[in-house]
Amino acid sequence: MINGFWTTLLMVGGIMMLLVLSAALLTWVERRLLGIWQDRYGPNRVGPFGSLQIVADMIKLLIKEDWVPPFADRPVFVLAPAIAMFVVLAAFAIVPMAPGLGVVDMNIGLLYFLAITSLGVYSVMLGAYASNSKYALIGGLRAAAQMLSYEVFMGLSLMGVVMLAGTFDLRGIVEAQADGWFFIPQFIGLVVFLIAGVAETHRTPFDLPEAEHELTAGFHTEYSGMKFGMFFIGEYLSVILISMMTVVMFFGGWHGPFFPPLLWFLFKTAILVMFFILIRGALPRPRYDQLMAFGWKLMLPVSLINLVITAAIILSLD
Amino acid sequence: MLKSLAVFFDYVYSQCRSVWDVLSHTFTPADTIEYPDQMPYLAPRYRARIVLTRDPNGDERCVACNLCAASCPTDCISLQKAEDDTGRWYPETFRINFSRCVYCGLCEEACPTYAIQLTPDFELAEYERQNMVYEKEHLLISGPGKYPDYSFYDVSGKAVSGRAKGGGQNEKPPIDIKSLLP
Repeated sequence: MINGFWTTLLMVGGIMMLLVLSAALLTWVERRLLGIWQDRYGPNRVGPFGSLQIVADMIKLLIKEDWVPPFADRPVFVLAPAIAMFVVLAAFAIVPMAPGLGVVDMNIGLLYFLAITSLGVYSVMLGAYASNSKYALIGGLRAAAQMLSYEVFMGLSLMGVVMLAGTFDLRGIVEAQADGWFFIPQFIGLVVFLIAGVAETHRTPFDLPEAEHELTAGFHTEYSGMKFGMFFIGEYLSVILISMMTVVMFFGGWHGPFFPPLLWFLFKTAILVMFFILIRGALPRPRYDQLMAFGWKLMLPVSLINLVITAAIILSLD
Repeated sequence: MLKSLAVFFDYVYSQCRSVWDVLSHTFTPADTIEYPDQMPYLAPRYRARIVLTRDPNGDERCVACNLCAASCPTDCISLQKAEDDTGRWYPETFRINFSRCVYCGLCEEACPTYAIQLTPDFELAEYERQNMVYEKEHLLISGPGKYPDYSFYDVSGKAVSGRAKGGGQNEKPPIDIKSLLP
């Protein structure tokens, strides 16, 4: 019993450490990759290939004055970035990385994932509300509306997978893909989920909550130092989370020939993370009303139709 | 319906093509020149450190006319005129404050003798601001700069140090108007 407790603690600590470190490293990866795709180098001077850039950035953020604006609502202002990181880290608990590797196995793992990522909107809303400034307010409004509307079909797009696998348990879903990954029968589901995922992490094409060109930095305009850093790391963590969930739901999780399961899982996740960065480098941001119309008038019907067709095919095959 | 579907797929296609176009730059070499390690190519007419040049005989070109100082938008040039025993003007002091200079090149355009010229040497950083003030001995170089064959007094038609009027290039001896009788 005691032994089991310590192994679990080690597992939790190890996974959390690795996740935060890789999210930090991702800031460098993103800048390097964007640089490559824009025919320049990106940060390449600190350490080998610039990989220690994050250490330099970290030092800079940590020695910055930890300033709370006098007009802000102090407790909420301090709480918001903590929520941003906590919620995403909590969601990682159900991600099955390899057989036997993962924090917890829940028979409703998928529902837990959807529920806890929905909480992410609180960090943005509370941060924006507590900042007590116009830019932050508009950013927070946009974030709330966007995340609520994109959550709807994010859940719906995954229901096709649930029907195919017959379970909400993420391990069960991965095991159901042993002889065929779900991205082929659920291709529409994959596309809808990826779009919803980009909106959920509020990254470019769907980064209207922070849109630099119109809102300075949107909901985190008033944040600086490590509080800003936590929003930032939270964003990268949720990129990793959405990539991992895509791998679990659509790309067969840890399944793959020759190499150990964990390697396959991490490899697939890395590819998807790079895809996220590529999307950021390639696509422009839509107007806000276009974003809402796209969500409600196109993505929602498409995911519903996908759901109905999947159900019909499953029923007729039985 | 059919038309709007066509428009929709056109949008989807254009988004996918954007992604592909960006991805295709993965193996394009970067355009960056990593400056302190690599020197960028600077055109001969690049406008940076200002020099005072000499004519092909090795004499100072500057005649202390003050046009450069007058044209300077930041008033960073100051000079003091002096006259040698042949009556030729030259600058006694010539001072450029490079911490104010904006490298616009108007002094070079104003100069009637091609004396003042801008060169591609842009690495002018100093630890102390006072070191940015260049005196005449710092500015004057030993060569003719960008115009190797040009000597103002050879083509100006003015009598100067040992050469009478009409002795320059493409010049005829002056006409004695008093002897021009019908």
